[in-house]
Amino acid sequence: MTHHFFKAFVMGAVLTISAPTSVIAAECIAPANPGGGWDFTCRQIGKIMYEIGAVDKPIQVTNMAGGGGGLAYGHVVNERDTDADLIVAASSATSTRLAQNAYAGMTADQVRFVGAIGADPGVIVVAADSPFKTLGDMVDAIKANPGSVAFAGGSAVGGFDHLKPLMILQRGGFTDITKVKYIGLDGGADAITQTVGGFTQVMTGDMSEIVGFLKAGEIRVLAVLTDERVPGFEKIPTAKEQGFDVVAVNWRGLYVPKGVSDDTFNEWASKLQQVADSDAWKEAMVANGLAPFTKVGGDFQSYVDGLVTEIRQLSKDIGVIQ
Amino acid sequence: MEIIDNLALGFSIALSPYTLMLAVIGCFLGTIIGALPGLGPSNGVAILIPLTFTLGLDATSALVLMTSVYYGAMYGGRISSILLNIPGDEPALMTTLDGYPMAKAGRGGDALVLSGVASFVGAFLATIGLMLLAPMLARVAYLFGPAEYFALYMLAFCTLGGMASNNQAKAAIASCIGLGIAMIGVDNSSGLPRLTGGNLHLMDGVDFLVAIVGLFAISEVFFFIESHGKGSSIGIKLEKVTIPWKDIYETKWTMLRASGIGFIAGILPGAGASLGSFLAYMSEKSIAGEKGGFGTGVPKGVAAPEAGNNAAAGGALVPMLTLGVPGSGTTAVLLALLMTLNITPGPTLFTDRPEVVWGLIASLLIANVVLLLMNVPMVKIFVRILQVPAWILLPGVTMVSFVGIYSLSGSYFDLVLMVGFGALGYVLRKLDIPTVPVILGILLGGHMEDALRRAMVLSDGDVAYLVSSPIAIVLWVAAILGFVAPMMLRKFLEKPQRVTD
Repeated sequence: MTHHFFKAFVMGAVLTISAPTSVIAAECIAPANPGGGWDFTCRQIGKIMYEIGAVDKPIQVTNMAGGGGGLAYGHVVNERDTDADLIVAASSATSTRLAQNAYAGMTADQVRFVGAIGADPGVIVVAADSPFKTLGDMVDAIKANPGSVAFAGGSAVGGFDHLKPLMILQRGGFTDITKVKYIGLDGGADAITQTVGGFTQVMTGDMSEIVGFLKAGEIRVLAVLTDERVPGFEKIPTAKEQGFDVVAVNWRGLYVPKGVSDDTFNEWASKLQQVADSDAWKEAMVANGLAPFTKVGGDFQSYVDGLVTEIRQLSKDIGVIQ
Repeated sequence: MEIIDNLALGFSIALSPYTLMLAVIGCFLGTIIGALPGLGPSNGVAILIPLTFTLGLDATSALVLMTSVYYGAMYGGRISSILLNIPGDEPALMTTLDGYPMAKAGRGGDALVLSGVASFVGAFLATIGLMLLAPMLARVAYLFGPAEYFALYMLAFCTLGGMASNNQAKAAIASCIGLGIAMIGVDNSSGLPRLTGGNLHLMDGVDFLVAIVGLFAISEVFFFIESHGKGSSIGIKLEKVTIPWKDIYETKWTMLRASGIGFIAGILPGAGASLGSFLAYMSEKSIAGEKGGFGTGVPKGVAAPEAGNNAAAGGALVPMLTLGVPGSGTTAVLLALLMTLNITPGPTLFTDRPEVVWGLIASLLIANVVLLLMNVPMVKIFVRILQVPAWILLPGVTMVSFVGIYSLSGSYFDLVLMVGFGALGYVLRKLDIPTVPVILGILLGGHMEDALRRAMVLSDGDVAYLVSSPIAIVLWVAAILGFVAPMMLRKFLEKPQRVTD
């Protein structure tokens, strides 16, 4: 016991001394337990950055679960605000929660979003025997009778799956979005089961959740919410080409502390770009059902800003936040 | 032959030396737990769940271990029924009716071996039934929307209340207590905390494992304290144990019929093994008629309930795995285990996690063989263990409970809560209010509420939507019948009480 304590003490002392000198390896915080999406982001990106020589030392992964990512966010904002050797895994859940004030009042502008290099594309799905053939059919039906179409998704009311169809409807000129029916189930598979069973008319979720059902021929994908058609699923049209300019993907990316210099920010952005261009990352994406989605640097920051603004407004409109 | 392929996959997982070892350990522990009076399969599984986390087992290993314990406890329950006239668990009650008279007549060994074989037949057939039926039931899930699920949960509460207790009102109270506890925590839809009293520990709701261990294990300790540690000792001497081939041969049809009845009873949500053994015994008794001599120590009277309750144990896994609605108290506890392991039972479990499902089915088959081999030659060892005094056993139970729960959450608050639930369990059992509906309420309350709220969203708040489909109507009728019928039938169909001498 004393022995362990002593070791920990020495270790702590060493870390404290060496931290500011920046010779130690960079750290990636995964704001969740091992095994989830954020953990995957940290471990894969960290591993590939080291393999392709973007960093000199292997990146240290720290798991900091709690508050749906809020604990790690608070830690970065309050204690590591100038740490140039820190990256943190993020996803669209991070931006959604920030937009909905779910991180105890902390806001999206308290960190810098450095980039995303892969995404699980959002999809709008109906049962194979549904009368809706295009996204336009669906929007028209809702315009005619909002109560006739119910959505099912894997996230709670106000979650990202709920917001996706609302964005499409707004682009389509339907503004009375509180009338739109949505039920949140325990995951995308349940949502599809309800939709195939005819209890709900449309399922909203992520591409990775529907692949099995798509192969079994039980569903039809009305639209994928990306800029371009997704490789491997070229038959599925995007919402954009059907006239609804919505890009809603569950992106996988990173943020860094607010207080780092622009040089540091750009350095991480270019390292992330190198990962995105690597073959190893392409393999990892295929293995995990991710589509290419590369936005880095200032480009990504403005994407996140836009996303947060839109989600906040939507959430206010449907009454999830005040 | 998809089933053969799937089974091959299952055996490739379950036949590794490590999982095989877990199965043997599970069977051994389960038999002991089942044999000890008072510690039924629900308690046993509840006490051991935290251990699987402490051991850091992966999902498949944890499932193999716990289902072995589950099946083992079903086997073990007969030992104290036959030798002590004290059922090790509720389903073993029926076994006392003929088992104890047989033991008094000096045929204790025969009764034990025969009931072991009957248990094997029942469990084996039920596992095969599970194998054939479960994938079919998985398709049925497409027919279940929020209204149907709500009705199904209702059916689980009603039949469990109707069958598991002698008093409908008390079962209903217990269900409501459970549902009330399930409301504690952050509301899924609005994000507002409910009934937490501002306590942060309660924001995530009450962990069902805390409730289960408290209600079952800790309350058992309280009962022990109250009885000042008077333990029971075996009055029946067990001499030589031989295999009664003649009895086994003569009861073969009884075992088959009882297995079929038990399996069907097990599939009904909420009814479970008690109903299986009860129905199996009653139907065999009526087939045999007056001359059958049921109740006086006939082999058929031992074989029927044992085959019935073990078959029901297998049947109860069908709705648990395919619909996420447990068919008995113990499967409710197993469901809690699955959910803690991040496995959501339901229609997609069979396609998403075939290794879990088929590994489980294969390990059930293995557990069965292990149990048969263990229970026939080694029955004397288990009898010896029955003589372990309670003052050694129960402090052990207490220790395992505390360490287990603390290792889950690392919070002292959960320990306090667990003792609280122990006290609640003690009071409820003193008042003869069953505790299983409480667990069922805590476990299913959240889902039931979600189903209701989803149904209300889809129907714009129209209550008639809940009974708008044939399936929902059938389930509601079955639920009402399951709750009301036992009240009417009780006059005619007196639930047999234990023989007292």
